[in-house]
Amino acid sequence: MPPKKSIGAEYLKGLWNENPVFRQLLGMCPTLAVTNAVINGIAMGLATAFVLILSSLVVSSIKKLIPSQVRIATYIVIIASFVTIADRFLAAFFPPISKALGPYVPLIVVNCIILGRQEAFSSRNSIGRSLIDALGMSTGFILALLLLSSIRELLGSGSFLGHQLLGSWFKPWTIMILPAGAFITLGVLLGIALLIESKTKARSV
Amino acid sequence: MDLLTLFVAAILVNNFVLYYFLGICPFLGVSKKIDAAFSMGMAVTFVMTLTAVASWMINHWILIPFGLDYLQIVSFILVIASLVQLVEMFIRKMSPPLYQALGIYLPLITTNCAIMGLALLAALKNYDFIKTVVFGVGSGLGFTLAIVLMSGIREQLDLADVPEPLKGAGIALIVAGIMALAFSGFSGMIK
Repeated sequence: MPPKKSIGAEYLKGLWNENPVFRQLLGMCPTLAVTNAVINGIAMGLATAFVLILSSLVVSSIKKLIPSQVRIATYIVIIASFVTIADRFLAAFFPPISKALGPYVPLIVVNCIILGRQEAFSSRNSIGRSLIDALGMSTGFILALLLLSSIRELLGSGSFLGHQLLGSWFKPWTIMILPAGAFITLGVLLGIALLIESKTKARSV
Repeated sequence: MDLLTLFVAAILVNNFVLYYFLGICPFLGVSKKIDAAFSMGMAVTFVMTLTAVASWMINHWILIPFGLDYLQIVSFILVIASLVQLVEMFIRKMSPPLYQALGIYLPLITTNCAIMGLALLAALKNYDFIKTVVFGVGSGLGFTLAIVLMSGIREQLDLADVPEPLKGAGIALIVAGIMALAFSGFSGMIK
């Protein structure tokens, strides 16, 4: 087991060093699919955060009871229960968002970030640490969705959260809200993230 | 929508990878060599067809008659996980050469969101049994087409001079974007 990190470092690693989207390339499907508008990105981020935090809490508290042969199946059932709660909640209180996200809310269940954190972290760390880790990963995921959806909504419709920001002189780049725009924007952002990483590494050496 | 349109649409227009963004992980992870990509595509098509059948039966014979729709997510994921396990055991026993070819890809398929997405989309769109099966086969072939094309391009990319930070996933995503753009040209095929 690696040496224990301080609580702060445990939280902050999710934001940059181990950011689920930009560094670990996990959870790409929802990242690409729902980021055509900022509001969808935020809703997706929060729903995923809810599921990740509660599943980590449950898995880390019952980790001694789970036989290792069936651990993956157990994690999946725990995750699926929380996803069902999130899905029903969105459908009941925010029907337009639930409709816009479509099958992507139920698909949180196969989001590799969540299963990955249970397997790699919650199953071998204390409840408190797992909670901090889940909070950090969720924040990192929400930030990534926010960044990607802001770029796509601003360039694709000239607006932010539905408010028109750019005047009538701006001709919207329709490609940005199409699937192609999602792939290209994320590709460029990954490149920028690696560039920043290599620059900071070169400086610290 | 007639069956042929549905089939062609699932392969080209509403391609699982390039339109629904499902199955991005294997699309990026297993697309470095053409033959591996083809095996993965075949394994996915196979499991997708079985999942389409199984999830339709669960949904229409058990969940809907008993008013248990809210259990869809839990039951679909369990069906898929056990189905993949079963298929793996069956292939290992019946056809070792096929197991050699598909074996390592099968466990990966459980967490492939394309399979779960197929079950959910078919349930969401209320397809009847035949349509669900056609949709499953078409989507699987669409996934195979996308991943094989991608691996062909990536084999060429190995020789290209890609800027350092974009190497790997970055350039792969940009290529996928251009492919999605090309595939969106097919959208005129269905009205």
